[in-house]
Amino acid sequence: MEIRTGIEGRTLTIALQGELDHHGARELMEGMDRLIEQELPVKTMLDLAGLTFMDSSGIAVILRAKRRMEALGGNLVVVNIPKQAARVLDTAGLGRYVKLI
Amino acid sequence: MDLTNYIHLEFPSRSANEGFARAAAAAFAAQLDPTLDELGDIKTAVSEAVTNAIVHAYPDQLGKVSMKLRILEGNVLEIAVRDWGRGIPDIDQARQPLFTTGGEERSGMGFTIMESFMDALRVTSKPGQGTKVVMRRRIAPRLRQR
Repeated sequence: MEIRTGIEGRTLTIALQGELDHHGARELMEGMDRLIEQELPVKTMLDLAGLTFMDSSGIAVILRAKRRMEALGGNLVVVNIPKQAARVLDTAGLGRYVKLI
Repeated sequence: MDLTNYIHLEFPSRSANEGFARAAAAAFAAQLDPTLDELGDIKTAVSEAVTNAIVHAYPDQLGKVSMKLRILEGNVLEIAVRDWGRGIPDIDQARQPLFTTGGEERSGMGFTIMESFMDALRVTSKPGQGTKVVMRRRIAPRLRQR
């Protein structure tokens, strides 16, 4: 799991690459927490275009990032969701809680 | 029941083996000529079952996880994931969406995803003796294009 980041104004972009499963989820969550605390963005865009696999660990990662952003008074948007990951998120009904584009 | 082909893998409950288990399952399933979507479903269900065994069966130690894959008559893939860990006291509760006793990196959606992505899911467990998850998925035969 690799993370690429960009910041433009008060928008933080976090792009994930590789496979997101339980094995790498804790480290990823902690890394995203640190980024959000450092940058204090108003909006975080989580870009999943580079994900080659995601299981339900991805749901936990997204919900944690959403809680972190809400604590700052900001919001989280998940973009470029590959088909396999979208199926996992749809099954969990995550679209009711998080903006998925 | 006609057993046409099978593999059996056994590995310690290290999280690094989650990726290996689903890649092995996908490679074995390839002989059924699945679509990419079907392959994605198989990998996801295997990942959930194996992660459950790794996270819940052996919370404080390493233990043995077994994965058996069989191809059954009618283009059906059967996946059995077994552990010899602490077991599930209440299976109905564990299968409820969002129920989890795992850490913050678990969402409680593992069984819901296995149920949705597979045609059939059977869970048996005895406290102190372990858990077995058996899933089946029929792969629709496709017309081969040349």
